[in-house]
Amino acid sequence: MPKIFGAIVILFLGMTSSSEPRAQENPPQEITVFAAASLHDVFARLGEDFRAKYPQARFTFNFAGSQQLLQQLQQGARADIFASADLRHMDAAVASGLIDSASVQIFLRNRLVVVFSPSSSNALRDLHDLDQPGVKIVLADKAVPAGLYALQMLDRCDQTADFNPSFKTSVLANVVSYEENVRTVLSKVVLGEADAGIVYTSDAASVAAKGIRTATIPASVNVIATYPIGPLKESKSGGLAGRFVAFLLTDAAQEVFEHFGFIRRDGGDTIR
Amino acid sequence: MTPLDAITRKAKPPRGAIVRLLYRFLVGLAALPLIAFLLLPIAGLLFHAQMAALVSAVVDPQAARAISLSAQTTLLTVVLTVLLGTPVAYVLARKEFAGKGLLDALIELPIVLPPSVAGIALLLTFGRRGILGSLLSAHGVEIPFTESAVVMAQLFVASPLYVKTLAVGFAEVDRQLEQAASIDGASAWQTFRFVTLPLSARAALGGAIMSWARSLGEFGATIIFAGNFPGRTQTMPLAIYIGFEMDLQTALALGAILLVVSFLVLAAVKVLLGKLLVLG
Repeated sequence: MPKIFGAIVILFLGMTSSSEPRAQENPPQEITVFAAASLHDVFARLGEDFRAKYPQARFTFNFAGSQQLLQQLQQGARADIFASADLRHMDAAVASGLIDSASVQIFLRNRLVVVFSPSSSNALRDLHDLDQPGVKIVLADKAVPAGLYALQMLDRCDQTADFNPSFKTSVLANVVSYEENVRTVLSKVVLGEADAGIVYTSDAASVAAKGIRTATIPASVNVIATYPIGPLKESKSGGLAGRFVAFLLTDAAQEVFEHFGFIRRDGGDTIR
Repeated sequence: MTPLDAITRKAKPPRGAIVRLLYRFLVGLAALPLIAFLLLPIAGLLFHAQMAALVSAVVDPQAARAISLSAQTTLLTVVLTVLLGTPVAYVLARKEFAGKGLLDALIELPIVLPPSVAGIALLLTFGRRGILGSLLSAHGVEIPFTESAVVMAQLFVASPLYVKTLAVGFAEVDRQLEQAASIDGASAWQTFRFVTLPLSARAALGGAIMSWARSLGEFGATIIFAGNFPGRTQTMPLAIYIGFEMDLQTALALGAILLVVSFLVLAAVKVLLGKLLVLG
Protein backbone atom coordinates (compact mmCIF):
# COMPACT_ATOMS: atom_id res chain seq x y z
CA MET A 1 0.00 0.00 0.00
CA PRO A 2 2.69 2.59 0.92
CA LYS A 3 4.51 1.58 -2.25
CA ILE A 4 1.45 2.30 -4.34
CA PHE A 5 1.00 5.59 -2.56
CA GLY A 6 4.62 6.46 -3.21
CA ALA A 7 4.19 5.58 -6.86
CA ILE A 8 1.18 7.87 -7.12
CA VAL A 9 3.09 10.72 -5.51
CA ILE A 10 5.97 10.22 -7.91
CA LEU A 11 3.53 10.13 -10.81
CA PHE A 12 2.02 13.44 -9.71
CA LEU A 13 5.42 15.05 -9.24
CA GLY A 14 6.33 13.83 -12.70
CA MET A 15 3.24 15.48 -14.11
CA THR A 16 3.85 18.83 -12.46
CA SER A 17 7.55 19.17 -13.16
CA SER A 18 9.08 17.14 -15.92
CA SER A 19 12.67 16.51 -15.01
CA GLU A 20 14.87 14.95 -17.63
CA PRO A 21 18.10 14.05 -15.94
CA ARG A 22 21.17 15.10 -17.84
CA ALA A 23 24.82 14.96 -16.88
CA GLN A 24 25.82 18.57 -16.22
CA GLU A 25 27.61 20.77 -13.74
CA ASN A 26 24.50 22.89 -13.16
CA PRO A 27 21.37 21.19 -11.88
CA PRO A 28 18.34 21.66 -14.17
CA GLN A 29 16.37 24.80 -13.41
CA GLU A 30 12.68 25.20 -14.20
CA ILE A 31 11.50 28.50 -15.69
CA THR A 32 7.76 28.82 -16.05
CA VAL A 33 6.79 31.59 -18.46
CA PHE A 34 3.23 32.91 -18.71
CA ALA A 35 3.15 34.67 -22.07
CA ALA A 36 0.58 36.35 -24.32
CA ALA A 37 -0.73 34.11 -27.12
CA SER A 38 0.93 36.29 -29.77
CA LEU A 39 4.36 35.33 -28.39
CA HIS A 40 3.82 31.64 -29.09
CA ASP A 41 6.23 31.06 -31.98
CA VAL A 42 8.92 33.54 -31.08
CA PHE A 43 9.25 32.46 -27.44
CA ALA A 44 9.62 28.82 -28.42
CA ARG A 45 12.55 29.88 -30.61
CA LEU A 46 14.10 32.27 -28.08
CA GLY A 47 13.79 29.67 -25.35
CA GLU A 48 16.01 27.41 -27.45
CA ASP A 49 18.47 30.24 -28.06
CA PHE A 50 18.64 30.93 -24.34
CA ARG A 51 19.23 27.28 -23.58
CA ALA A 52 22.26 27.33 -25.86
CA LYS A 53 23.84 29.66 -23.30
CA TYR A 54 22.22 28.26 -20.17
CA PRO A 55 21.68 24.54 -20.78
CA GLN A 56 20.32 24.08 -17.26
CA ALA A 57 17.20 26.09 -18.14
CA ARG A 58 14.02 24.02 -18.56
CA PHE A 59 11.22 26.14 -20.00
CA THR A 60 7.56 25.58 -19.41
CA PHE A 61 5.49 27.99 -21.49
CA ASN A 62 1.86 28.81 -20.84
CA PHE A 63 0.45 30.74 -23.79
CA ALA A 64 -3.01 32.30 -23.55
CA GLY A 65 -4.76 35.65 -23.73
CA SER A 66 -3.04 38.05 -21.28
CA GLN A 67 -6.31 38.48 -19.38
CA GLN A 68 -6.50 34.73 -18.80
CA LEU A 69 -2.89 34.53 -17.65
CA LEU A 70 -3.48 37.37 -15.20
CA GLN A 71 -6.52 35.58 -13.77
CA GLN A 72 -4.51 32.39 -13.35
CA LEU A 73 -1.73 34.28 -11.57
CA GLN A 74 -4.20 36.08 -9.32
CA GLN A 75 -5.75 32.73 -8.44
CA GLY A 76 -2.33 31.51 -7.30
CA ALA A 77 -0.80 29.82 -10.34
CA ARG A 78 2.97 29.51 -9.91
CA ALA A 79 5.14 31.20 -12.53
CA ASP A 80 8.52 32.83 -12.86
CA ILE A 81 7.85 35.31 -15.65
CA PHE A 82 4.78 37.15 -16.91
CA ALA A 83 4.84 38.65 -20.42
CA SER A 84 1.67 40.59 -21.23
CA ALA A 85 0.51 42.01 -24.56
CA ASP A 86 -0.57 45.25 -22.93
CA LEU A 87 0.26 47.53 -20.01
CA ARG A 88 -3.24 47.18 -18.55
CA HIS A 89 -2.76 43.58 -17.44
CA MET A 90 0.81 44.15 -16.25
CA ASP A 91 -0.40 47.13 -14.18
CA ALA A 92 -3.05 44.87 -12.66
CA ALA A 93 -0.40 42.25 -11.85
CA VAL A 94 1.70 44.92 -10.13
CA ALA A 95 -1.35 46.23 -8.28
CA SER A 96 -2.11 42.71 -7.02
CA GLY A 97 1.40 42.54 -5.57
CA LEU A 98 2.50 39.77 -7.91
CA ILE A 99 5.27 41.72 -9.59
CA ASP A 100 7.57 44.50 -8.41
CA SER A 101 6.89 47.58 -10.56
CA ALA A 102 10.61 48.41 -10.65
CA SER A 103 11.37 45.12 -12.38
CA VAL A 104 8.88 45.59 -15.23
CA GLN A 105 10.40 46.35 -18.62
CA ILE A 106 8.99 47.04 -22.05
CA PHE A 107 10.60 44.41 -24.25
CA LEU A 108 8.60 44.54 -27.46
CA ARG A 109 6.07 46.36 -29.60
CA ASN A 110 3.59 45.13 -32.12
CA ARG A 111 1.09 46.76 -34.44
CA LEU A 112 -2.29 45.76 -35.75
CA VAL A 113 -2.88 44.60 -39.27
CA VAL A 114 -5.95 43.58 -41.27
CA VAL A 115 -5.93 40.02 -42.60
CA PHE A 116 -8.18 38.75 -45.38
CA SER A 117 -8.94 35.10 -45.92
CA PRO A 118 -7.43 33.43 -48.99
CA SER A 119 -10.93 32.85 -50.41
CA SER A 120 -12.34 36.30 -49.73
CA SER A 121 -13.40 38.58 -52.53
CA ASN A 122 -10.70 40.64 -54.19
CA ALA A 123 -12.85 43.70 -53.65
CA LEU A 124 -11.60 43.55 -50.07
CA ARG A 125 -8.30 45.39 -50.16
CA ASP A 126 -7.73 47.37 -47.01
CA LEU A 127 -9.11 48.65 -43.74
CA HIS A 128 -11.57 50.94 -45.55
CA ASP A 129 -13.38 47.93 -46.99
CA LEU A 130 -14.28 46.43 -43.63
CA ASP A 131 -17.52 48.43 -43.45
CA GLN A 132 -18.91 46.96 -46.67
CA PRO A 133 -22.15 45.13 -45.98
CA GLY A 134 -21.86 41.33 -45.76
CA VAL A 135 -18.17 41.16 -44.91
CA LYS A 136 -17.74 38.60 -42.12
CA ILE A 137 -15.28 39.90 -39.56
CA VAL A 138 -13.82 38.24 -36.48
CA LEU A 139 -12.16 40.26 -33.75
CA ALA A 140 -10.60 39.29 -30.46
CA ASP A 141 -12.90 39.84 -27.49
CA LYS A 142 -12.53 43.15 -25.69
CA ALA A 143 -11.19 41.17 -22.72
CA VAL A 144 -8.17 40.31 -24.89
CA PRO A 145 -5.53 43.00 -25.53
CA ALA A 146 -5.75 42.57 -29.31
CA GLY A 147 -9.51 43.06 -29.11
CA LEU A 148 -9.26 46.23 -27.07
CA TYR A 149 -6.55 47.61 -29.37
CA ALA A 150 -8.79 46.92 -32.36
CA LEU A 151 -11.64 48.88 -30.77
CA GLN A 152 -9.26 51.77 -29.99
CA MET A 153 -8.08 51.74 -33.59
CA LEU A 154 -11.68 51.87 -34.86
CA ASP A 155 -12.36 54.79 -32.50
CA ARG A 156 -9.47 56.65 -34.11
CA CYS A 157 -10.86 55.91 -37.57
CA ASP A 158 -14.10 57.62 -36.58
CA GLN A 159 -12.17 60.74 -35.64
CA THR A 160 -10.36 60.88 -38.97
CA ALA A 161 -11.81 62.55 -42.05
CA ASP A 162 -10.37 59.71 -44.09
CA PHE A 163 -13.10 57.32 -42.88
CA ASN A 164 -16.90 57.43 -42.88
CA PRO A 165 -18.22 59.06 -39.72
CA SER A 166 -19.96 55.85 -38.60
CA PHE A 167 -17.14 53.58 -39.72
CA LYS A 168 -16.77 51.83 -36.37
CA THR A 169 -20.50 51.10 -36.08
CA SER A 170 -20.60 49.65 -39.59
CA VAL A 171 -17.54 47.51 -38.96
CA LEU A 172 -18.88 46.20 -35.65
CA ALA A 173 -22.17 45.34 -37.38
CA ASN A 174 -20.13 42.98 -39.58
CA VAL A 175 -18.47 41.21 -36.65
CA VAL A 176 -19.64 37.60 -36.38
CA SER A 177 -17.51 36.49 -33.43
CA TYR A 178 -15.35 37.87 -30.64
CA GLU A 179 -12.67 35.22 -30.17
CA GLU A 180 -10.95 34.39 -26.91
CA ASN A 181 -7.46 35.06 -28.17
CA VAL A 182 -5.78 36.61 -31.18
CA ARG A 183 -4.59 33.28 -32.58
CA THR A 184 -8.11 31.91 -32.95
CA VAL A 185 -8.99 35.08 -34.90
CA LEU A 186 -6.18 34.17 -37.27
CA SER A 187 -7.31 30.51 -37.48
CA LYS A 188 -10.83 31.44 -38.53
CA VAL A 189 -9.56 33.78 -41.23
CA VAL A 190 -7.04 31.21 -42.49
CA LEU A 191 -9.83 28.60 -42.62
CA GLY A 192 -11.94 31.02 -44.65
CA GLU A 193 -14.82 30.94 -42.17
CA ALA A 194 -14.44 34.68 -41.77
CA ASP A 195 -13.51 37.10 -44.55
CA ALA A 196 -11.39 39.37 -42.45
CA GLY A 197 -9.88 39.80 -39.03
CA ILE A 198 -7.66 42.16 -37.11
CA VAL A 199 -4.50 40.64 -35.64
CA TYR A 200 -0.90 41.67 -34.96
CA THR A 201 1.67 41.95 -37.73
CA SER A 202 3.58 39.16 -35.97
CA ASP A 203 0.55 36.84 -36.30
CA ALA A 204 0.19 37.68 -39.98
CA ALA A 205 3.88 36.85 -40.43
CA SER A 206 3.59 33.51 -38.64
CA VAL A 207 3.73 30.10 -40.29
CA ALA A 208 0.10 29.55 -39.31
CA ALA A 209 -0.96 32.44 -41.54
CA LYS A 210 -0.46 30.63 -44.86
CA GLY A 211 -2.22 32.09 -47.87
CA ILE A 212 -3.84 35.08 -46.21
CA ARG A 213 -3.67 38.59 -47.63
CA THR A 214 -2.67 41.39 -45.29
CA ALA A 215 -3.36 45.10 -45.39
CA THR A 216 -1.43 47.55 -43.30
CA ILE A 217 -3.36 49.99 -41.16
CA PRO A 218 -2.42 53.67 -41.64
CA ALA A 219 -0.04 54.81 -38.90
CA SER A 220 -2.36 57.74 -38.17
CA VAL A 221 -5.01 55.43 -36.76
CA ASN A 222 -3.01 52.32 -35.85
CA VAL A 223 -2.44 51.34 -32.27
CA ILE A 224 0.97 50.15 -31.18
CA ALA A 225 0.80 47.29 -28.70
CA THR A 226 3.33 47.54 -25.91
CA TYR A 227 4.56 44.30 -24.36
CA PRO A 228 5.82 44.51 -20.79
CA ILE A 229 7.61 41.67 -19.04
CA GLY A 230 8.55 41.07 -15.43
CA PRO A 231 9.66 38.31 -13.07
CA LEU A 232 7.16 37.21 -10.43
CA LYS A 233 8.10 38.17 -6.88
CA GLU A 234 7.66 34.59 -5.73
CA SER A 235 9.88 33.15 -8.47
CA LYS A 236 12.32 30.58 -7.14
CA SER A 237 14.32 30.23 -10.30
CA GLY A 238 17.41 31.68 -8.64
CA GLY A 239 18.10 34.59 -10.96
CA LEU A 240 17.71 32.59 -14.15
CA ALA A 241 14.31 34.22 -14.80
CA GLY A 242 15.95 37.66 -14.56
CA ARG A 243 18.68 36.53 -16.92
CA PHE A 244 16.07 35.40 -19.46
CA VAL A 245 14.37 38.80 -19.29
CA ALA A 246 17.75 40.48 -19.80
CA PHE A 247 18.41 38.14 -22.73
CA LEU A 248 15.16 39.21 -24.41
CA LEU A 249 16.40 42.81 -24.37
CA THR A 250 19.70 42.00 -26.11
CA ASP A 251 20.25 42.94 -29.75
CA ALA A 252 20.35 39.29 -30.79
CA ALA A 253 16.94 38.58 -29.27
CA GLN A 254 15.44 41.81 -30.58
CA GLU A 255 16.54 40.82 -34.08
CA VAL A 256 14.70 37.52 -33.70
CA PHE A 257 11.59 39.43 -32.66
CA GLU A 258 11.85 41.59 -35.77
CA HIS A 259 12.24 38.48 -37.87
CA PHE A 260 8.95 37.20 -36.42
CA GLY A 261 7.15 40.42 -37.40
CA PHE A 262 7.36 42.38 -34.14
CA ILE A 263 8.74 45.89 -33.66
CA ARG A 264 11.89 46.29 -31.57
CA ARG A 265 11.31 47.77 -28.17
CA ASP A 266 13.16 50.94 -29.14
CA GLY A 267 11.96 50.98 -32.72
CA GLY A 268 8.91 52.14 -34.59
CA ASP A 269 6.45 54.89 -33.90
CA THR A 270 6.00 54.87 -30.17
CA ILE A 271 2.46 55.77 -29.32
CA ARG A 272 1.98 55.25 -25.60
CA MET B 1 -22.57 -21.21 32.13
CA THR B 2 -23.23 -18.84 35.05
CA PRO B 3 -25.67 -15.94 34.63
CA LEU B 4 -22.74 -13.54 34.96
CA ASP B 5 -21.02 -15.19 32.04
CA ALA B 6 -24.11 -14.72 29.93
CA ILE B 7 -24.26 -11.01 30.77
CA THR B 8 -20.62 -10.30 29.96
CA ARG B 9 -20.96 -12.22 26.75
CA LYS B 10 -23.94 -10.16 25.73
CA ALA B 11 -22.23 -6.89 26.69
CA LYS B 12 -19.21 -7.68 24.55
CA PRO B 13 -20.07 -7.46 20.89
CA PRO B 14 -19.07 -10.60 19.04
CA ARG B 15 -15.67 -10.53 17.36
CA GLY B 16 -17.21 -10.65 13.91
CA ALA B 17 -19.15 -7.46 14.55
CA ILE B 18 -16.02 -5.52 15.50
CA VAL B 19 -14.27 -6.63 12.37
CA ARG B 20 -17.30 -5.67 10.34
CA LEU B 21 -17.42 -2.25 11.99
CA LEU B 22 -13.70 -1.72 11.38
CA TYR B 23 -14.16 -2.81 7.80
CA ARG B 24 -16.97 -0.36 7.27
CA PHE B 25 -14.89 2.42 8.79
CA LEU B 26 -11.94 1.67 6.53
CA VAL B 27 -14.09 1.52 3.41
CA GLY B 28 -15.64 4.84 4.37
CA LEU B 29 -12.19 6.29 4.93
CA ALA B 30 -11.00 5.07 1.54
CA ALA B 31 -14.02 6.57 -0.20
CA LEU B 32 -13.61 9.93 1.49
CA PRO B 33 -10.76 11.55 -0.52
CA LEU B 34 -12.49 11.37 -3.90
CA ILE B 35 -15.86 12.35 -2.48
CA ALA B 36 -14.27 15.39 -0.84
CA PHE B 37 -12.36 16.20 -4.03
CA LEU B 38 -15.57 16.10 -6.08
CA LEU B 39 -17.70 18.07 -3.66
CA LEU B 40 -15.29 20.75 -2.42
CA PRO B 41 -15.01 22.70 -5.71
CA ILE B 42 -18.80 22.75 -5.97
CA ALA B 43 -18.98 24.10 -2.43
CA GLY B 44 -16.23 26.61 -3.31
CA LEU B 45 -18.16 27.89 -6.31
CA LEU B 46 -21.40 28.27 -4.37
CA PHE B 47 -19.53 29.85 -1.46
CA HIS B 48 -17.93 32.52 -3.67
CA ALA B 49 -21.00 33.26 -5.78
CA GLN B 50 -22.72 36.01 -3.89
CA MET B 51 -26.46 36.26 -3.79
CA ALA B 52 -26.33 39.88 -4.96
CA ALA B 53 -24.26 38.92 -7.99
CA LEU B 54 -26.70 36.12 -8.73
CA VAL B 55 -29.51 38.63 -8.97
CA SER B 56 -27.48 41.14 -10.96
CA ALA B 57 -26.40 38.38 -13.36
CA VAL B 58 -29.98 37.71 -14.28
CA VAL B 59 -30.53 41.44 -14.73
CA ASP B 60 -27.23 42.07 -16.55
CA PRO B 61 -28.18 42.30 -20.23
CA GLN B 62 -25.28 40.24 -21.57
CA ALA B 63 -25.72 37.49 -18.96
CA ALA B 64 -29.48 37.52 -19.46
CA ARG B 65 -28.97 37.14 -23.22
CA ALA B 66 -26.66 34.18 -22.58
CA ILE B 67 -29.27 32.55 -20.33
CA SER B 68 -32.05 33.07 -22.83
CA LEU B 69 -29.90 31.89 -25.75
CA SER B 70 -28.94 28.77 -23.83
CA ALA B 71 -32.60 28.08 -23.02
CA GLN B 72 -33.69 28.53 -26.65
CA THR B 73 -30.92 26.55 -28.30
CA THR B 74 -30.96 23.64 -25.85
CA LEU B 75 -34.74 23.27 -26.13
CA LEU B 76 -34.48 23.24 -29.91
CA THR B 77 -31.67 20.70 -29.64
CA VAL B 78 -33.81 18.41 -27.49
CA VAL B 79 -36.78 18.64 -29.87
CA LEU B 80 -34.51 17.76 -32.81
CA THR B 81 -32.86 15.01 -30.78
CA VAL B 82 -36.22 13.37 -30.05
CA LEU B 83 -37.52 13.74 -33.60
CA LEU B 84 -34.37 12.53 -35.32
CA GLY B 85 -33.06 10.23 -32.58
CA THR B 86 -36.12 8.08 -31.97
CA PRO B 87 -35.98 6.31 -35.36
CA VAL B 88 -32.25 5.72 -34.91
CA ALA B 89 -32.81 4.19 -31.47
CA TYR B 90 -35.56 1.96 -32.90
CA VAL B 91 -33.35 0.76 -35.74
CA LEU B 92 -30.50 0.03 -33.35
CA ALA B 93 -32.73 -1.85 -30.92
CA ARG B 94 -34.88 -3.83 -33.35
CA LYS B 95 -33.33 -4.23 -36.76
CA GLU B 96 -30.55 -6.58 -37.74
CA PHE B 97 -28.32 -5.54 -40.59
CA ALA B 98 -24.72 -5.74 -41.74
CA GLY B 99 -22.50 -3.25 -39.98
CA LYS B 100 -24.92 -2.67 -37.13
CA GLY B 101 -22.19 -3.13 -34.52
CA LEU B 102 -20.03 -0.60 -36.32
CA LEU B 103 -22.86 1.92 -36.57
CA ASP B 104 -23.61 1.42 -32.88
CA ALA B 105 -20.00 2.22 -31.99
CA LEU B 106 -19.79 5.18 -34.38
CA ILE B 107 -22.91 6.77 -32.93
CA GLU B 108 -21.30 6.61 -29.50
CA LEU B 109 -18.17 8.33 -30.77
CA PRO B 110 -19.34 11.94 -30.20
CA ILE B 111 -19.89 11.09 -26.52
CA VAL B 112 -16.23 10.28 -25.97
CA LEU B 113 -14.74 12.65 -28.54
CA PRO B 114 -13.19 15.82 -27.05
CA PRO B 115 -15.68 18.62 -27.85
CA SER B 116 -12.91 20.69 -29.42
CA VAL B 117 -12.38 17.92 -31.95
CA ALA B 118 -16.13 17.87 -32.58
CA GLY B 119 -16.00 21.64 -33.21
CA ILE B 120 -13.17 21.38 -35.71
CA ALA B 121 -14.89 18.44 -37.43
CA LEU B 122 -18.12 20.42 -37.75
CA LEU B 123 -16.22 23.44 -39.07
CA LEU B 124 -14.42 21.36 -41.68
CA THR B 125 -17.72 19.80 -42.77
CA PHE B 126 -20.30 22.57 -42.49
CA GLY B 127 -17.94 25.55 -42.56
CA ARG B 128 -17.92 27.85 -45.58
CA ARG B 129 -15.14 25.87 -47.16
CA GLY B 130 -16.18 22.53 -45.70
CA ILE B 131 -17.31 19.47 -47.63
CA LEU B 132 -21.03 20.21 -47.31
CA GLY B 133 -20.67 23.81 -46.21
CA SER B 134 -19.23 24.90 -49.54
CA LEU B 135 -22.32 23.52 -51.31
CA LEU B 136 -24.61 25.28 -48.86
CA SER B 137 -22.56 28.45 -49.17
CA ALA B 138 -23.07 28.40 -52.93
CA HIS B 139 -26.81 28.61 -52.20
CA GLY B 140 -26.37 31.45 -49.76
CA VAL B 141 -26.60 29.35 -46.59
CA GLU B 142 -23.74 29.89 -44.17
CA ILE B 143 -23.84 28.09 -40.86
CA PRO B 144 -20.78 29.08 -38.79
CA PHE B 145 -21.26 31.98 -36.36
CA THR B 146 -25.06 31.53 -36.30
CA GLU B 147 -27.56 30.13 -33.80
CA SER B 148 -27.93 27.15 -36.13
CA ALA B 149 -24.26 26.40 -35.54
CA VAL B 150 -24.86 26.48 -31.78
CA VAL B 151 -27.74 23.99 -32.12
CA MET B 152 -25.72 21.77 -34.45
CA ALA B 153 -22.79 21.67 -32.05
CA GLN B 154 -25.15 20.71 -29.22
CA LEU B 155 -26.98 18.14 -31.35
CA PHE B 156 -23.69 16.55 -32.33
CA VAL B 157 -22.42 16.00 -28.80
CA ALA B 158 -25.74 15.44 -27.00
CA SER B 159 -28.10 13.43 -29.24
CA PRO B 160 -26.11 10.14 -28.95
CA LEU B 161 -26.95 10.08 -25.24
CA TYR B 162 -30.66 10.02 -26.09
CA VAL B 163 -30.26 7.44 -28.83
CA LYS B 164 -28.29 5.07 -26.61
CA THR B 165 -30.66 5.37 -23.65
CA LEU B 166 -33.78 4.92 -25.76
CA ALA B 167 -32.30 1.97 -27.65
CA VAL B 168 -31.89 0.20 -24.31
CA GLY B 169 -35.48 1.16 -23.43
CA PHE B 170 -36.79 -0.27 -26.72
CA ALA B 171 -34.80 -3.47 -26.25
CA GLU B 172 -36.33 -3.99 -22.82
CA VAL B 173 -39.93 -3.90 -24.06
CA ASP B 174 -41.45 -7.39 -23.95
CA ARG B 175 -41.82 -8.59 -27.54
CA GLN B 176 -44.79 -10.79 -26.58
CA LEU B 177 -46.84 -7.68 -25.78
CA GLU B 178 -46.16 -6.34 -29.26
CA GLN B 179 -46.99 -9.67 -30.83
CA ALA B 180 -50.22 -9.82 -28.83
CA ALA B 181 -51.15 -6.36 -30.12
CA SER B 182 -50.54 -7.32 -33.75
CA ILE B 183 -52.51 -10.56 -33.31
CA ASP B 184 -55.36 -8.40 -32.06
CA GLY B 185 -55.20 -6.52 -35.34
CA ALA B 186 -53.00 -3.52 -34.52
CA SER B 187 -50.97 -2.16 -37.43
CA ALA B 188 -47.19 -1.84 -37.09
CA TRP B 189 -47.59 1.87 -36.38
CA GLN B 190 -50.36 1.27 -33.83
CA THR B 191 -48.24 -1.32 -32.06
CA PHE B 192 -45.36 1.10 -31.90
CA ARG B 193 -47.52 4.04 -30.89
CA PHE B 194 -49.69 2.31 -28.25
CA VAL B 195 -47.43 -0.48 -26.94
CA THR B 196 -43.72 0.06 -27.59
CA LEU B 197 -43.59 3.81 -27.13
CA PRO B 198 -45.51 4.02 -23.82
CA LEU B 199 -43.44 1.18 -22.38
CA SER B 200 -40.20 2.97 -23.25
CA ALA B 201 -41.42 6.47 -22.45
CA ARG B 202 -39.36 6.70 -19.29
CA ALA B 203 -36.17 5.79 -21.13
CA ALA B 204 -37.03 8.41 -23.75
CA LEU B 205 -37.62 11.06 -21.11
CA GLY B 206 -34.49 10.15 -19.18
CA GLY B 207 -32.42 10.19 -22.37
CA ALA B 208 -33.90 13.49 -23.48
CA ILE B 209 -33.12 15.10 -20.13
CA MET B 210 -29.55 13.82 -20.24
CA SER B 211 -29.14 15.18 -23.76
CA TRP B 212 -30.53 18.49 -22.64
CA ALA B 213 -28.10 18.70 -19.73
CA ARG B 214 -25.18 17.84 -21.99
CA SER B 215 -26.15 20.49 -24.53
CA LEU B 216 -26.59 23.06 -21.75
CA GLY B 217 -22.97 22.51 -20.72
CA GLU B 218 -21.60 22.35 -24.27
CA PHE B 219 -18.60 24.65 -24.70
CA GLY B 220 -15.72 23.38 -26.81
CA ALA B 221 -17.56 22.57 -30.02
CA THR B 222 -19.63 25.74 -29.74
CA ILE B 223 -16.76 28.23 -29.37
CA ILE B 224 -14.92 26.68 -32.31
CA PHE B 225 -17.86 26.11 -34.68
CA ALA B 226 -20.23 28.92 -33.68
CA GLY B 227 -17.78 31.45 -32.29
CA ASN B 228 -18.54 33.90 -29.52
CA PHE B 229 -21.05 36.67 -30.19
CA PRO B 230 -23.23 38.03 -27.36
CA GLY B 231 -26.90 37.31 -27.99
CA ARG B 232 -26.25 35.17 -31.07
CA THR B 233 -23.80 32.42 -30.22
CA GLN B 234 -22.60 33.25 -26.70
CA THR B 235 -24.28 30.57 -24.58
CA MET B 236 -23.91 30.39 -20.81
CA PRO B 237 -20.71 28.31 -20.79
CA LEU B 238 -19.09 30.77 -23.23
CA ALA B 239 -20.23 33.75 -21.20
CA ILE B 240 -18.73 32.09 -18.13
CA TYR B 241 -15.42 31.50 -19.90
CA ILE B 242 -15.12 35.05 -21.23
CA GLY B 243 -16.60 36.42 -17.99
CA PHE B 244 -13.95 34.63 -15.95
CA GLU B 245 -11.50 37.08 -17.48
CA MET B 246 -13.64 40.21 -17.41
CA ASP B 247 -16.13 40.01 -14.59
CA LEU B 248 -15.55 37.16 -12.19
CA GLN B 249 -18.71 37.76 -10.14
CA THR B 250 -21.04 37.42 -13.14
CA ALA B 251 -19.15 34.32 -14.25
CA LEU B 252 -19.52 32.82 -10.77
CA ALA B 253 -23.22 33.65 -10.67
CA LEU B 254 -23.83 32.07 -14.09
CA GLY B 255 -21.77 29.09 -12.97
CA ALA B 256 -23.89 28.69 -9.85
CA ILE B 257 -27.08 28.84 -11.91
CA LEU B 258 -25.79 26.12 -14.25
CA LEU B 259 -24.72 24.05 -11.24
CA VAL B 260 -28.13 24.15 -9.61
CA VAL B 261 -29.96 23.46 -12.88
CA SER B 262 -27.64 20.55 -13.67
CA PHE B 263 -28.20 19.08 -10.21
CA LEU B 264 -31.97 19.26 -10.59
CA VAL B 265 -31.68 17.59 -14.00
CA LEU B 266 -29.57 14.77 -12.60
CA ALA B 267 -32.00 14.27 -9.74
CA ALA B 268 -34.90 14.10 -12.21
CA VAL B 269 -33.05 11.56 -14.36
CA LYS B 270 -32.25 9.47 -11.31
CA VAL B 271 -35.89 9.36 -10.25
CA LEU B 272 -37.10 8.58 -13.77
CA LEU B 273 -34.51 5.97 -14.62
CA GLY B 274 -34.71 4.45 -11.15
CA LYS B 275 -38.39 3.84 -11.74
CA LEU B 276 -37.61 2.46 -15.17
CA LEU B 277 -35.27 -0.10 -13.68
CA VAL B 278 -37.86 -1.14 -11.11
CA LEU B 279 -40.58 -1.46 -13.72
CA GLY B 280 -38.38 -3.02 -16.36
